[in-house]
Amino acid sequence: MDNDGDKPGIVLTEEQQRRRRARSVALAIILALLVVLFYVVTLVKGPGVLNRPM
Amino acid sequence: MSLAGENIEMRGTPAVPPLVSLAGPGDYLALMKPRVMSLVVFTAFVGLAVAPGHIHPLMGFVALLCIAVGAGASGALNMWYDADIDAIMSRTTTRPIPQGRIAPGEALGFGLVLAGFSVAILGVLVSMLAAALLAFTIFFYAVIYTMWLKRWTPQNIVIGGAAGAFPPVIGWAAATGSVGIEPILMFLIIFFWTPPHFWALSLLRSDDYARAGVPMLPVVSGVAETRRQILIYALILAPLGASPFMLGYFGLTYGVVSIAGGAVFAAMAWRIFRADADALERPARQLFAFSILYLFLLFAVMLGEHAFGGWISRAMA
Repeated sequence: MDNDGDKPGIVLTEEQQRRRRARSVALAIILALLVVLFYVVTLVKGPGVLNRPM
Repeated sequence: MSLAGENIEMRGTPAVPPLVSLAGPGDYLALMKPRVMSLVVFTAFVGLAVAPGHIHPLMGFVALLCIAVGAGASGALNMWYDADIDAIMSRTTTRPIPQGRIAPGEALGFGLVLAGFSVAILGVLVSMLAAALLAFTIFFYAVIYTMWLKRWTPQNIVIGGAAGAFPPVIGWAAATGSVGIEPILMFLIIFFWTPPHFWALSLLRSDDYARAGVPMLPVVSGVAETRRQILIYALILAPLGASPFMLGYFGLTYGVVSIAGGAVFAAMAWRIFRADADALERPARQLFAFSILYLFLLFAVMLGEHAFGGWISRAMA
């Protein structure tokens, strides 16, 4: 029988939880800024968004 | 042993390996070597700004962002590969991997993702040539310099310096889609500036490099040869720094600053060359500090002349 279900596994300290939250927030902000960047670039360049010099 | 996640409270499964990162966003920023990144962004901006033609400011911003992130990727890949020697050298022991805040695999993944995104976005939105140059620069720094040259030859920073010299070329290519004589001169200035800059630093830290087994010039060939090489490179750099003026690409202000700066640079290299062996620290430290100012001034005056010259042209039109 597998008794793994009885084990609580890894329990994060408060500091680890705080840092993980900070990493998650930073990643969310970066992804949001990337979305905004692509959106603004598309608005500025219009239909020729992929036209660029070699 | 200090590893990410050493403070994990484990109940019932003591054999669980450290899985939880202790890193904060600041540690990932440190992986990107922000101080190196700032010089890269500045020289790339000058290359982009002085290039002929017009680039939309937003596209210019995207190009600089990609170049900055690409430089950060290079830094992260460098820290991943060099984690063993970073743990030995006093200058680098506080980096996130030797401190155990970021696992080496995380740094590798972080660097590869940043490299991929920066090159792809630069290529899709701005210029394929600029993206290709950025990809080559990251490859050159991470593979040619970090993995191959750095631990193999005292010429490591001479050849590896090319990676730091590319950003103005990338900036120029982002604006024009091509490469001209001016960005090649900028490349050469940074390329010949790099060895005396780093050798001045390595004179101060040769014990550190020796302990880590990095074959920097003072470690392998001795202090006397390093001083001679610093002087030779300074004597090449001084006229090279003034060449954009002598070839007519920049004006009198650049000419005065580059000639005077080159003369001071050469004089400081001469002081190192002539200094007593036990009195090297002060002139080496001074040259290291001045070299940063010198490069900054050259590129700042290029930028200023371009902006001011353009303003005068418009006022007279």
